[in-house]
Amino acid sequence: MTTQLLLIQALNGLQYGVLLFLVAAGLTLVFGVMDFINLAHGVQYMLGAYLGASFAALSGSFWAGLALALPATLLAGLALEWLVFRHLYARDHLAQVLATFGVILVLNEGARAIWGSAPLQVPMPEALSGGIQLMPGLNYPVYRLAILAAGLGTAALLWLLVERTRVGALVRAGAANAPMVAALGVDIHRLFMLVFGCGAMLAGFAGVMAAPILSVEPGMGDSVLITAFVVIVIGGIGSVRGAFLGAVLVGLVETLGRALLPDLLRLVLAPSPARQAGAALGSMLVYLAMALVLALRPRGLFPARAG
Amino acid sequence: MARWREAALPLLLFALLGAAPWIGFGEGYVLTLLARAMILGIAALGLHLLVGGAGLVSLGHAALLGLGAYAVVALDAARITEALWVAPAAIGGGALFALLTGAVAVRTSGVQFIMITLAFAQMAFFTAGSLSVYGGDDGYTLYGRTEILGRRWLEDRLVFHYLCLGLLAASWGLVVAILASRFGRVLRAARENALRVAALGFNPAPYRLLAYVIAGGMAGLAGALLANATEFVAPSYLAWQRSGDLLFMVILGGLGAPHGAVLGALAIVLLEEWLGHWTAHWRLIFGPLLILSVLFLKGGLAGLPAQLRGAGRG
Repeated sequence: MTTQLLLIQALNGLQYGVLLFLVAAGLTLVFGVMDFINLAHGVQYMLGAYLGASFAALSGSFWAGLALALPATLLAGLALEWLVFRHLYARDHLAQVLATFGVILVLNEGARAIWGSAPLQVPMPEALSGGIQLMPGLNYPVYRLAILAAGLGTAALLWLLVERTRVGALVRAGAANAPMVAALGVDIHRLFMLVFGCGAMLAGFAGVMAAPILSVEPGMGDSVLITAFVVIVIGGIGSVRGAFLGAVLVGLVETLGRALLPDLLRLVLAPSPARQAGAALGSMLVYLAMALVLALRPRGLFPARAG
Repeated sequence: MARWREAALPLLLFALLGAAPWIGFGEGYVLTLLARAMILGIAALGLHLLVGGAGLVSLGHAALLGLGAYAVVALDAARITEALWVAPAAIGGGALFALLTGAVAVRTSGVQFIMITLAFAQMAFFTAGSLSVYGGDDGYTLYGRTEILGRRWLEDRLVFHYLCLGLLAASWGLVVAILASRFGRVLRAARENALRVAALGFNPAPYRLLAYVIAGGMAGLAGALLANATEFVAPSYLAWQRSGDLLFMVILGGLGAPHGAVLGALAIVLLEEWLGHWTAHWRLIFGPLLILSVLFLKGGLAGLPAQLRGAGRG
């Protein structure tokens, strides 16, 4: 394991982390502010990838695809909120889990019916294809760096929005105590819709950006959803800062664990069992980290809810 | 009287399942399907004890089921197929995993409990995938079904059908008896108000742990049956999607009564198959059905008769 390889894996981990953050940010706000468990958040990521791919293919330009997919995912999120989710806010978590699972089934199957089961390949935008030399002997794809930059930029923008604006203050207040905010005369339903739409759009944005480096297929949102839940539980439900740190932590732990553990275990085990045990342990590491955080700080690293 | 009425629906359900092979549902693939639904029903009953009884929502129940299935695999690889060994190993495997992970998990509640059970289940899932002796990710095909006292009774579809039905009815009776007992009352009281139960001098944690271990044993048994039904075991037995399926069975069936879990398992397994005959895109129909059931069946399938009676009166 050379320094270059380690650096590449660390960059990959960071880039995976910022993608996870874009999905987790919406999930944590919807959960924190509305006390609503939205399992269908992962399919909004999938929807972003598919819409981005289709619009890019129609217009011939990745950027036009991105520009069209963002409002489309926003509209899709608002439509789902209007059709299904708003009837569930007053219900218990289990009812929300079952109904949003129904939404997952419909959207996954809908994607399969419209686009087929085979993974779609999305070409990288011309300007960002190719590699860049970060240091001697270390080439890194420009597109992955662009994802990292876009993710960090969005995170900064979101931080400004949540921490430095009036709307952000309402969102934070909603995460701490939503009934109190409503009692103070704020239109909580408008706030819910705003949070919901932004969350859906962020997940869609992550999907569009991930499309050229991952395969776009039905069900691609399911594993992202479960990892995003791990992120928000580690970070503390309702906290954007927690989601960011949790996402970067999970991204690094998962990527570095999978890359390094098989080699590390080879020091004590024979090559073949080391590879198997390393792969299993590498996949497990994120869950071990979550169990550890939950054991030490049951409410996550940065709990948002008061009391 | 009231207790008889509560038991009437589940007893009718078991009678129907018992009569099924003789009233036109005796074909091989229908019996396979019914066996699958009844086996998942056993695991779902255990999960009902946790979700409906103790208020603990687990997203790791498939791991307990998988432990039971892998107990069958481990014994099969050692050429041991006698039920006298297999059944205790499967039940004990599920219960032991529940004891070890539950000791940590029952200290949390709510979303934290969901996530910590998921975490342990994922660890078991990835471990199963790395067990190359048992086929790793590709899974393991059993040499044969489990034997009972050296006889290969389970090869017979009807025997297997009635074995599953008997164990399902016994599991239902067990869960009903547990929920009605003093132990079950502490569980339910702690679900409603843990603070008050603590003030009365009960520590809920050991009660919850015992409920988790019992559910683990039931899931282990279901895992052994499922391994026998398919004669094949793979890490996908432990996947979180299957934990989700079990949870959806319990919620769809309704938390008000244990037979809800059985109804939920039957409804989901049979509906999937039935809709799948119509169209390859059956999930486009199944998904909205789930959403509508949440919006309109507030007590789940088990609460449907009461809801209909209420609507008739109103």
